Amino acid sequence: MTETPSSVPGTSKPTRRLSPSRGSRKATVTAWLFIAPAALAYAAFVLVPLGMSICYSLLRWDGIGKATFHGLTNYITVLTDADLLQIIGNAFQLVLYFTVIPVALGLAVASAIRGQMAGRFGTATRTILFLPQVIPLVAAGIAWSWMFASTGLVNQTLKAIGLSSWTRGWLGDFVWALPAVGIIGAWVLLGLCTMLLVTGITKIDPSLYEAARLDGARPWHEFRYITLPGLRQEIGVCITVTVIAALASFDIVYISTQGGPGINTTVPGLEIYRLAFAHRQVGLASALAIVLMVLVLLTIAPVQWFTRDKK
Amino acid sequence: MKTAAPNTLVARGLIILLMLVTLLPFLSMLSAALAPQGTYPNGLQWPADPQWGNFVRAFEVAKMDQLLLSSALIFLGVVPVSVLVATMAGYGLAKLTTKKYKWLYLIFVFGLTLPFEAVITPLYYEVRALGLLNTRFAIILPLIGLYMPFGVYWMRAHFLNVPHDLTEAAQLDGATRWKEFLLVQVPLARPAIMSLTILLFLWTWNQFLLPVVLVQDPMQRTMAGALGAFQGQWGTDIPLLCAGSLLILLPTVLLFLTFQRQFVAALMQGAVKG
Repeated sequence: MTETPSSVPGTSKPTRRLSPSRGSRKATVTAWLFIAPAALAYAAFVLVPLGMSICYSLLRWDGIGKATFHGLTNYITVLTDADLLQIIGNAFQLVLYFTVIPVALGLAVASAIRGQMAGRFGTATRTILFLPQVIPLVAAGIAWSWMFASTGLVNQTLKAIGLSSWTRGWLGDFVWALPAVGIIGAWVLLGLCTMLLVTGITKIDPSLYEAARLDGARPWHEFRYITLPGLRQEIGVCITVTVIAALASFDIVYISTQGGPGINTTVPGLEIYRLAFAHRQVGLASALAIVLMVLVLLTIAPVQWFTRDKK
Repeated sequence: MKTAAPNTLVARGLIILLMLVTLLPFLSMLSAALAPQGTYPNGLQWPADPQWGNFVRAFEVAKMDQLLLSSALIFLGVVPVSVLVATMAGYGLAKLTTKKYKWLYLIFVFGLTLPFEAVITPLYYEVRALGLLNTRFAIILPLIGLYMPFGVYWMRAHFLNVPHDLTEAAQLDGATRWKEFLLVQVPLARPAIMSLTILLFLWTWNQFLLPVVLVQDPMQRTMAGALGAFQGQWGTDIPLLCAGSLLILLPTVLLFLTFQRQFVAALMQGAVKG
């Protein structure tokens, strides 16, 4: 590996002048020594398993006995089986809740405050809104299972305002279980998105708003032409984080519904776990895993492209 | 402050509403945790006779002391090594390599969006082949690898911002390169290292998928993994479940309240860069 000496520090030392190639090789070795431990750990526990996932996905294997080559059959199953398609669809429905609610509410709060939250009120706000980010998702799942339980706070509130007929066991309801799970995710991500957007909006030049006001712009126009473009990056971050959280969700569903009723709240993450370890369909589980990985990449790529491009 | 006056009331109202919504599940859990044992409490109702003893019982039933120890051991196994290794690689990629090695960095970055579920099945067989199933190493070793994309990405971003002449001031060979790294670069990188440590602490402490798949015994798991088992066992005893959950939350929440500023900064930057 020969490199242009000027680009590698360590080659221009006078004593090394005679053999610059040796010096640069030494620098390369040093660089590799710095990078090697991380690369090894990454290779051993991410890249190799990922390669194994791809291999498994081409097999029909119960995890114990002999595996047989299965070609792309597992992928065809993932993309055609009605249940598996519904499960993938569930994940995308969760995006509606995990992403849209926190971003919309965050934007509302940010444009209403449009300034730094200083002082004690600001600190208290930050602390409380970040609590859901600090606790394990499992705990959020347990807390909200209790909120949605038949005697939980949600039903208690509905009764108190005279909507007794609306009460139900939310997480066991065929129609409402998935939205209820979505609400849990929205609750977890709400604070983070709000704070990101509130911080982002303080970076927009206030004179833009003053100029707009002098020109008689209505609040909606301010929002549309100043706030939204100004927050492009922050919105991109919020969408990226929340979409990944929704598509790759596991903890919340595992705790609150176990995927039920039926498969109404089953998400790919949970199905991979079940297929691989309960149903012993390692090949199909791996195919679903690869599909999930690709879906995340395909969903995130346009968001990244769209929100970073114009900066 | 450049806040327009008429907006502040609406804004404060909105924020207070958000804070309430955030806090309600915790309050509801607290009120249920204080209800008498074996009862089925109401959503939010301060019990006439608060049973603080429920927390003691939950502490014993969940074996909280052992759980704390187990989580702490896993933290000690994962985070210092991950931070050190990621810092080295971040430095190596930012300062010691030419553009030719961009591909190496891109391979690391590829892992940023990788869902853990995508590799969990092979990880199970790999860990089993290593004979580590049902030990804490089954969580520790894979987590180090899984944190590398973010860790390397994070530290490289930091080192890219360190002025180059700091490195070139002394023309270095291999041996002094390590000295320079340890004595000059690492101390300068303390804020970045601190944030990375906080994030990895939270992700490790709250990790759920790996413990559930790779470790059967709750006592060898992280807090979150143990909480899952606790729910499985005591899911129907609402007061005990709520008391136990709150106890399991407590260490992180206390730590968060103490280092509130650092945690918030780390979480926000972590999101932006991740």
